[in-house]
Amino acid sequence: MKTKIIYRTLTALVVLATVVVWQGCKPKAPASISMGDAASKAYVPPGKYDEFYNVVSGGFNGQMSIYGLPSGRLFRIIPVFSQFPESGWGYSEETIPMLNTSHGFVPWDDLHHIALSTTKGEHDGRWAFGNANNTPRVARVDMKTFKTVEILELPNSGGNHSSPFITENTEYVVAGTRFSVPVGDKTDVPISSFKENFKGYISFISVDPADGKMKIAFQLKTPGVSFDLARAGKGKSHGWFFFSTYNTEQAYTLLEVNASQKDKDFIMAVNWKKAEEYIRAGKGQITKAKYAHNVWDEHTHTGVSNIMNEVLQLDPAELKDIIYFIPCPKSPHGCDTDPTGEYIVGSGKLAALIPVFSFTKIQQAIANKDFEGEFAGIPVIKYEAALHGEVKKPGLGPLHTEFDANGNAYTSFFVSSEIVKWNVQSLEVLDRVPTYYSIGHLSVPGGPTTKPYGKYVVAYNKITKDRYLPTGPELTQSAQLYDISGDKMKLILDFPTTGEPHYAESIPAELVMPNSTKIYKLEENKHPYAALGEGQARVERKGNQVHVYMTAIRSHLTPDNIEGVKLGDEVYFHVTNLEQDWDVPHGFAVKGANNAEILVMPGETTTLKWKPLSIGVFPFYCTDFCSALHQEMQGYIRVSPAGSNVPLKFSTGKIEDQASGAGL
Amino acid sequence: MKKYILILAVFAFACGQQTATTETASVAEAPAGGQSNVKDDDSQQDVVKIAVSSPDHTTLVAALKAAEYVDALSNAGPFTVFAPTNAAFDKLPAGTVETLTKPANKEQLRTILEYHVYVGVLTENMIRDGMTLNQVSLDNVTLSKKDGKITINGANVLGSARGSNGIVYIIDTVLLPPDKK
Repeated sequence: MKTKIIYRTLTALVVLATVVVWQGCKPKAPASISMGDAASKAYVPPGKYDEFYNVVSGGFNGQMSIYGLPSGRLFRIIPVFSQFPESGWGYSEETIPMLNTSHGFVPWDDLHHIALSTTKGEHDGRWAFGNANNTPRVARVDMKTFKTVEILELPNSGGNHSSPFITENTEYVVAGTRFSVPVGDKTDVPISSFKENFKGYISFISVDPADGKMKIAFQLKTPGVSFDLARAGKGKSHGWFFFSTYNTEQAYTLLEVNASQKDKDFIMAVNWKKAEEYIRAGKGQITKAKYAHNVWDEHTHTGVSNIMNEVLQLDPAELKDIIYFIPCPKSPHGCDTDPTGEYIVGSGKLAALIPVFSFTKIQQAIANKDFEGEFAGIPVIKYEAALHGEVKKPGLGPLHTEFDANGNAYTSFFVSSEIVKWNVQSLEVLDRVPTYYSIGHLSVPGGPTTKPYGKYVVAYNKITKDRYLPTGPELTQSAQLYDISGDKMKLILDFPTTGEPHYAESIPAELVMPNSTKIYKLEENKHPYAALGEGQARVERKGNQVHVYMTAIRSHLTPDNIEGVKLGDEVYFHVTNLEQDWDVPHGFAVKGANNAEILVMPGETTTLKWKPLSIGVFPFYCTDFCSALHQEMQGYIRVSPAGSNVPLKFSTGKIEDQASGAGL
Repeated sequence: MKKYILILAVFAFACGQQTATTETASVAEAPAGGQSNVKDDDSQQDVVKIAVSSPDHTTLVAALKAAEYVDALSNAGPFTVFAPTNAAFDKLPAGTVETLTKPANKEQLRTILEYHVYVGVLTENMIRDGMTLNQVSLDNVTLSKKDGKITINGANVLGSARGSNGIVYIIDTVLLPPDKK
């Protein structure tokens, strides 16, 4: 009997082993087919380009980063609000003014959201806007150079979170404050006087269609609540803007509990065309406000900061029909308009449903005065009167919604860690995929525009525990790319991101790539300290300032020997890169520099200030591996005691010590 | 036995690749599944792990599993979870739990569980008598605090445990959301 059992067991084992091995011999198991397929969908072979530029906010690193889709490859980090020692952004004399504010030099920020410029609601590939959540600012990045070319500060704002969302033709970039604050003459007030003294301001920043220059066109004074996100109307709702709000409880402490008391907060609908009418009728009020406006000049390669002193304001509590509130459960985060402009999707981040509002019904409700009351003098439309319908039980903690071209919406769910696809018209849930983990925003190429390209949705996740090799207490954050071309979403790529992306947009490469700047033309360089040829390289003394007009070309710096600098001098190295060849930056670094190095693009002039603190001979060199003789691209600057009579002199290639044979 | 191992080895040899693949896969395989599967014995327990480690909450854990809410509650939160004991579930009419945990009744079960969760950490000192909380299910619960004794919709709070992503209050009665008709 015992023998029989053993025999049976062994037979079974052999059969099992045979099956296992036999399956292993198959060319491809079903699982490996789908995985292989996924990888190939994200692979961009040499000789091919990615289909989309993915412009990603850096969150607390204050920068934007540029990825390719579908490859997920990081192409560039663009310094915006934060100093970047890699390139000298915020350290070089030319870029320091770009980070000037009414609070002085603010060398960092928290860049949350991206808005790509649009014309007729479609991406036009001109500019990318980013918001500074901490010291309220909006930046404009030129998509030709991928450089920050303008930063505008927002007065009367406590934190620019609800920004930089744009209208259909980039008429306006909006900037809504996350923190209501006391403003004007009455700012030294008890925090407990929140309801009385604190106001939330929304800025409408106009954008010059010709050159992109920003200007605060007007500010709306609104009740003291927190503004979270926003989207412009489009198509039929062009002329309106929708903002999500939270803390309509007007709490000023322990918001974790006190700002979640009401089961509904508001979506604020703004009729900005009406605001324009009031301004034309002279109803705006010019009020004092101090804020910086910093603009980059492409020809002088220099930023200029101007302090502005006034702003035009409108008070919607007095000027009727500019704003309306719509109740929305529950501390809504996302407030997204679909490509037709008819539907506005509120995402109550603490809710387990998604309300979808109808622009047509909102208009009817306003016409019929279908209000449930007022909040701080502003009419509140009845929830049901504005509602198209609710997506029931879609998941937990809806945050943000984008759209494809087929009438479908994709909503991220932080708490249940998933993306849910649903139909905007029928409100029916069509598909769901897990994300890894705790997704914040998501992004569909063209998803916020009137012309979504669809194809992919990217999840930006907060938590990657167990997804990547551990790296101590802090783990990288990640993005996941899903193919949405079919009925079911399919995960095809998982890639780490830099900083903490809050939001991103993607734009077809063909709208950006052809316009990309390769070099700055030397003949257009109007920098006052440019040396446009080695013949112009020189050193000039102005009091205790020593200006070095330096040139860089493969593979030497001119001058590379400098003497006559004295302790107490401030040395300005104005480095002009004489290359007129794509992707040949030169760097410049000097020993003991208390700021950074600089990277100088072909045809550009950039200045590094250096104040020597001791006497001696200090090396300097090119930091960018520019050629086979990059390591030879170096020089010396001699610093003598204050009052020394060492004459100012400079040279490159001049051998003075013939007797010793040095240099021969 | 030896003989059979030999046979296996012969089969394996016949397609050498199999052996190699198996070895590679066994080196560094990440656990599949959601956040609840993250292996971490160093951090403070999250609210799910607290419930799992409690012998008095096996029914609740089974319900969370049936509702597929284990991963959600392993999330960053923050959560306040009102956790009925096994005895609390036993007070329900016979067969209720069995019915609710059937796949067909998942949404109903989810609504009940959502009624036990508030997004936000409400520590005992923050609780005020008469305070209402709007739960994940979008329905309100009312808290009472009298002489340090806390109840929620009349259910007694028997104790609390602080987790990494929230706080768990142990309660003696299952909370049933108001009927919306």
